[in-house]
Amino acid sequence: MVTPSKSLELNLMREKLQINTSLVREVLLRFIHDEVTRTGLTKGIVGLSGGIDSSLIAYLAAEALGPASVLGVRMPYRRSSQESLDHAQLVTDALGIQQETVDITPMVDPLIERFPEMDQVRSGNIMSRQRMIILYDQSAAFGGLVIGTSNKTEALLGYSTLFGDSAAAMQPIADLYKMQVRQLAREMGVPPEIINKPPSADLWPGQTDEDEIGFSYDNADQLLFAIIDLRYSPEEAVKMGFPQAFVERVLTLVRRSHYKRRMPIIAKLSNRSIGHDFLYLRDWGT
Amino acid sequence: MRFTLGLMQTNTVLGDLQANLDTHLSAIDVARQQGVDLLCFPELSLTGYYLKDLAGEVALRPDPSDPVFSPLLQASRDLDLVVGFVDQHPRHHYMIASAYLSEGRIAHIHHKCYLPTYGIFDEGRHFAAGNRVQAFDTRFGRVGMLNCEDFWHASMPYLLWADGAELLLLMSASPARGMSSADRFGSSAWVEHVSKAYANLFSVYVAHTNRVGLEDGLAFWGGSLLFDPDGEQVAQAPLWDEALVTAEVDLSQIRRTRLRLPLLRDERFDLTAATLAQIIDKQEEAYGHPV
Repeated sequence: MVTPSKSLELNLMREKLQINTSLVREVLLRFIHDEVTRTGLTKGIVGLSGGIDSSLIAYLAAEALGPASVLGVRMPYRRSSQESLDHAQLVTDALGIQQETVDITPMVDPLIERFPEMDQVRSGNIMSRQRMIILYDQSAAFGGLVIGTSNKTEALLGYSTLFGDSAAAMQPIADLYKMQVRQLAREMGVPPEIINKPPSADLWPGQTDEDEIGFSYDNADQLLFAIIDLRYSPEEAVKMGFPQAFVERVLTLVRRSHYKRRMPIIAKLSNRSIGHDFLYLRDWGT
Repeated sequence: MRFTLGLMQTNTVLGDLQANLDTHLSAIDVARQQGVDLLCFPELSLTGYYLKDLAGEVALRPDPSDPVFSPLLQASRDLDLVVGFVDQHPRHHYMIASAYLSEGRIAHIHHKCYLPTYGIFDEGRHFAAGNRVQAFDTRFGRVGMLNCEDFWHASMPYLLWADGAELLLLMSASPARGMSSADRFGSSAWVEHVSKAYANLFSVYVAHTNRVGLEDGLAFWGGSLLFDPDGEQVAQAPLWDEALVTAEVDLSQIRRTRLRLPLLRDERFDLTAATLAQIIDKQEEAYGHPV
């Protein structure tokens, strides 16, 4: 685990990552309400993992759309922890939103067993994409939009499954670093046991994101914030106190995962091509 | 001269002229009932902001035969109006414009001169820039209009001041950006600071009208406001919500302020012009072009 030496500038980074949570809350409530209703719908679907990101989204969606218009879907696999299920239940009960629980084990195990050599990355991706299928099916059944739960840290690091957890109609918190997600979660009243537990994709017992990535979210947040948001150069980040190897590793992750943050690229042939020079907002006409 | 100024911060339907015209006409009804003499709508109030390829599709020719301008010109017989639209140049390029309508006529059109093409903005790709800024006389004193990025450049209000403007009408479609621990976004703090500063520096009324609503994740913050010639905030609309804020403008306050603080009397426009000309000459000599 990287521990950057404490320097004045690093403390400053931490300070600058503090947000006015009531202002951000105000914008995100309007964002969710606006992006749902301008499609003609009134409801939202959230996949509830029991973690901080999806819990926060459930809190925001319940306030923006009303609890009866939000469906929280728990999608455990047989190895998922009971604590995850319990925490998701805690959120559902606290908010009074609607709930559905769909066990993905009988859906994904046949595929996983079909390829005995399959590693944990492949099986993890299969689970993530199966959850996407369930959410989009519930989207049709419930008549609501799938609200994504990605945060800026994991989106920049590429810690997500393409067309799995990254698939959503909108991403309310994808411009908030993990440290900022925690601040907003406190403001919204997300239960402390959810805010304070180590982030985990719950792919196998005892797994944590930070062990898997190899550094802490806090360190990644401060480095990404300095380089992406404040436009410090990598050299300046090293001078600030981040170890060189850490800086290189994080920037490599950002660059290599950029394809996950973009729509599939289209081969340019005509004079006017989708994705190149056929340019309209998604909110066109609404 | 006293009159009631109304700042109408509206939301828009992106690219739907009829829907946005309806919004204007009902807002004008409300303003008329409240005794508003001059009502300002935000930048691109008739079209929505992030038009991209829609720019050409929603462009208008501002004249009485146009089905959008016709009812607005009709309404301007009761109260003066400032509306935002895309102006279609006869040579088929498009300009972001604000029109001042009064007594059934178009009194003035300002074409946005500074098109932000950085960060989230891409105006230079879709629009042609205006190349003229001038104040004009109205029933309510001499007015200068600017659109958003125009007043991020200090030269623009300065030129309008030199041209005798008493009331600066700033129209924006300004998205919130730059969150921090502060109680407002960086973009809104910046606009408030400079609007107040312009009121102070130029001893003029400064009214900022900003839209609300969202477009593809950009949240327009509203918060329209009016500063008097002493830089005092006279009115402020709420953040985020559609609202009409009204305030009385007393143009004789400009006289009182300028008696105390004769900055305009003492301003050396000749010195400014001569020095700028020298600087530009020197740069052209050194670099082959002004930098």
